[in-house]
Amino acid sequence: MSKFRKGGKKGMPAISTASLPDIVFMLLFFFMVTTVMRETTLFVDVLTPKATEIKKMEKKSLVSYIYIGSPVKRMQASYGSAARIQLNDAFAEVSEIQEFIATEREARDEKEIPYMTTSIKADETVRMGIITDVKQELRKANALKINYSTRKGDY
Amino acid sequence: MASSRRGLPEINAGSMADIAFLLLIFFLVTTTMDVDTGIARKLPPMPEEELQDEDPQIHAKNIYVVLINANNQLLVEGELMDISQLRDGAKEFIDNNGRDANSSENPEKAIISLQNDRGTEYMTYIRVQNELAAAYNELRNKAALNKFGERYANLNETQKKEIRNMYPQKISEAEPKNIGGDS
Repeated sequence: MSKFRKGGKKGMPAISTASLPDIVFMLLFFFMVTTVMRETTLFVDVLTPKATEIKKMEKKSLVSYIYIGSPVKRMQASYGSAARIQLNDAFAEVSEIQEFIATEREARDEKEIPYMTTSIKADETVRMGIITDVKQELRKANALKINYSTRKGDY
Repeated sequence: MASSRRGLPEINAGSMADIAFLLLIFFLVTTTMDVDTGIARKLPPMPEEELQDEDPQIHAKNIYVVLINANNQLLVEGELMDISQLRDGAKEFIDNNGRDANSSENPEKAIISLQNDRGTEYMTYIRVQNELAAAYNELRNKAALNKFGERYANLNETQKKEIRNMYPQKISEAEPKNIGGDS
């Protein structure tokens, strides 16, 4: 009778899932572009201190990381809980930093060396003694651009 | 249109979504999204052997001495101070312009000298660095608003440089030594 009755008997049509892969691929590409691969496995616990006057770090490929903190729980049996330095994938001594900077430099283009930055990712409970030692080594290695890694936040 | 008579059968694309989901989850797990932020600083080059005892002459009144001891206490210009007051203290010192005879002559000559103990906690050190940076940033912002009517961050490069020259950020860190208190 009325024109609204027309579809009555057909029931619900199945929703097409043909575009589902497209949606998921879109998500996939989004994540592939916006994220970075995790490079190192951390052996030390690092919770960086909070700060407000922070800058974003540019050019991630030119940044070398130095992690400082006490070893994670499962490592504490063999390494103790005193703060330690981690370079790449292993614990290191302060004296190894110069060598580390040298290898980092070799991996980069010569033109890029002046722009290289060293990011110090240290736990907030670490004492300054170890950080001062690291800084002295960096000065000796002439890697003067540093960045104290921090979280955004107020006290 | 569809496969004429016998032609190729259509490939079932139903599992495509599953494959894509699998990849998606793999990337979600293996990657990180955190943007690295931090306080950028430049270390002074190692002093040359011969020049070691040749200190440049700077008037004592142009130096704002900040000491942090092993108990995370601050001694600023010879007086105990709480970190929360450091920002205002530093701003007052930098922007003194000769008003107080015992404070800095002008912002260009003002130097902040920071010295910490080996036992100082990293968190306190960063907080002090942060407060000092904040003092400079606030002064620069004020100058930028006065001069160009814009916040410092919104200025162009030459304007920024001008403001930077008005308030050069001079934070000097002394050669490390133990200043009391065992770590």
